[in-house]
Amino acid sequence: MSTAYQIVVCGSIVPDPLQTLEPVASPTGPALKNEMMLPAVLDPWAGHALYEAANLAKNQPGSKVWLVSLGPKAKLQQVMMTVAQKVPFELVALDGSASGFTDATETAAALADAIAAIPGLDKSKLLVFGGWESASRGAGATLQIVGERLGIVDQFQGVDQLTVNADGSLEILERIEGGKHQVSKCAGAPALLGWATGNLPEPKNNPQVGMVNMRTVMPALQKAKPTKLAGEGLSFASVALPKQLRETQIVKDKSPDGIAKEIVEWIKK
Amino acid sequence: METILVLAHTENDGSLAKSAREALHAAATLHKSLADSKLLVGLIGENIQAAANSIAASPVTKYFGVTGAEFCQSRYATDAAAAEAVFKAAQATVVVAPATSRWARVLPGVAQRLGGRADTHVTGVAVADGKISVSRWYYRQRMEGVLTRTPRPWILGIDPGSQTACDCGAGTATVEMVPVNLTDANKRTTVVGIREPKADAQTIRPDAQLLFVTGAGWTKKQADGQTHLPEAEKLILGFLKASRASLGSSKSLVDLGGEGQAVLPFLSHLNQVGQTGATPRHAKGLSTCCHGEEPHTVGWRFIGERRAISLDPNCGWARGKADVLYVADAFAVIAKVNELLAAGGTP
Ligand SMILES: Cc1cc2nc3c(=O)[nH]c(=O)nc-3n(C[C@H](O)[C@H](O)[C@H](O)COP(=O)(O)OP(=O)(O)OC[C@H]3O[C@@H](n4cnc5c(N)ncnc54)[C@H](O)[C@@H]3O)c2cc1C
Repeated sequence: MSTAYQIVVCGSIVPDPLQTLEPVASPTGPALKNEMMLPAVLDPWAGHALYEAANLAKNQPGSKVWLVSLGPKAKLQQVMMTVAQKVPFELVALDGSASGFTDATETAAALADAIAAIPGLDKSKLLVFGGWESASRGAGATLQIVGERLGIVDQFQGVDQLTVNADGSLEILERIEGGKHQVSKCAGAPALLGWATGNLPEPKNNPQVGMVNMRTVMPALQKAKPTKLAGEGLSFASVALPKQLRETQIVKDKSPDGIAKEIVEWIKK
Repeated sequence: METILVLAHTENDGSLAKSAREALHAAATLHKSLADSKLLVGLIGENIQAAANSIAASPVTKYFGVTGAEFCQSRYATDAAAAEAVFKAAQATVVVAPATSRWARVLPGVAQRLGGRADTHVTGVAVADGKISVSRWYYRQRMEGVLTRTPRPWILGIDPGSQTACDCGAGTATVEMVPVNLTDANKRTTVVGIREPKADAQTIRPDAQLLFVTGAGWTKKQADGQTHLPEAEKLILGFLKASRASLGSSKSLVDLGGEGQAVLPFLSHLNQVGQTGATPRHAKGLSTCCHGEEPHTVGWRFIGERRAISLDPNCGWARGKADVLYVADAFAVIAKVNELLAAGGTP
């Protein structure tokens, strides 16, 4: 028997990792220099979660994928132009800060409310997905809090694989220490999965998928609820780039034998 | 007045991992600097007495425990229930816990349940003017922030490897057992096993001194216009065997597998270092055939000494990311390194 899931993926945008980032002080706390000018991408691990969600939905007829995103509306729109071409989903947008310096608890509260408000949400079919850590705050905290707020206590983090068994139970592989995976069996939905890289390549752009998605993406962005993250009780004493830039010694004209000898001595030191 | 609770889980053999002793060290540091603070320990696991005894000479004044077969499993529902119960028994304001995969899964959810806040990947704790502050990294190890919070409880997940481990001695600890009522709803998930490569195929060695990183260059056409995959495989595995290094990789190299190209079969995403990979901690790192782009090198934040071998003198490593860049053919250099290591390291 195949289960039709409601798969809600939490994921926002982050600065393109190829950009140089510099912290600055702003009236509301730390921020990035030229933050609104930096090109943005879908948060990578959340992206893997989205592709895994779409793949699961394809294999479980009747399933549907939502992407719940809290970020500055204009930037979300830019990033959605590409993301919407990847896989089918319905966007739920919240207009607010996607900064790494916001508080996970406040972000999670906004996301959980947005999920709970999805029309026709059926918790017995609900799988909440997301990246196990963002590339901004990098806390690995938001999803757990979303899960708690939604009353989901079957939670998994660092997920690389999800298999739906014939009896509807879920087999889940989570990353643990030392390059290993823990294998768990969960009775079924509702469950929450914070994805690591998973097993799927990034889907190619498909303009047809893009066209269908854009019908709901644009209205979702227009009605994106303004969301204020106040950072209640949180204050930063400093945010700084690491001091050590190394003085690289560039060794150009040494023979492989000479280099090998030097490396072996260094390893053994 | 802060009541500081160290929350740890035992290992399968009932012992405490080094990461738990690191959390205890961080908590003891806070305790020492905060007048009138209390230091307590909560232990969760199948059996916890041996673990409590192993740290009994620490400045901890009271021990709490949750035990039973159900708490042997690394599972959100039971771990959250146990952590919540211990917290309530201890009446803590600050919880310091090792950010193991088991605790990282559950701590932020526990903070939510208790109406508090959690900070994860904490790499340092300090007290100034009677206030606790913590350090952690933002934007994938690109910048370090120091922050403080007023809401309590405040749960701190300490990054394993970031602290010295407390070497407090053993003794006999009296543990107050805390009951936890589990329902069927807590047992919908069962841990059924661990999947890992065979011992001789395990290339990820967190305790190794050296991280050996391979880049996509190992699979590229070389000076003779050919690729040399079998030779690359032999050299890399040969080096790992002789040096006992841990194997890391660039994203480009591990991704090749997913794109259907011939690749090095012993590499997976678990080896990947960087923006969307791991940020391991090792004393030294040696990069080979890797360009050293920023999304890769952010994963080297906690590597001490860094050396790289690349054909490109203008690669990222040359720009302050490595201590030494050897502009050379890694195939030739590693072949010789392996020879020297096999011969006992003296040429
Ligand atoms: C969202 C996002 C996330 C990313 N996350 C990561 C991440 O987590 N980790 C990561 O690594 N990358 C990541 N990247 C990719 C990163 O930007 C680089 O593309 C990648 O690190 C390049 O890998 P490489 O250096 O192995 O390959 P290449 O750039 O192809 O470099 C190969 C190098 O090998 C050298 N070479 C070739 N033959 C030899 C030889 N015989 N001897 C010595 N040197 C030789 C070449 O000179 C070259 O410098 C990410 C990118 C994005 C956009």
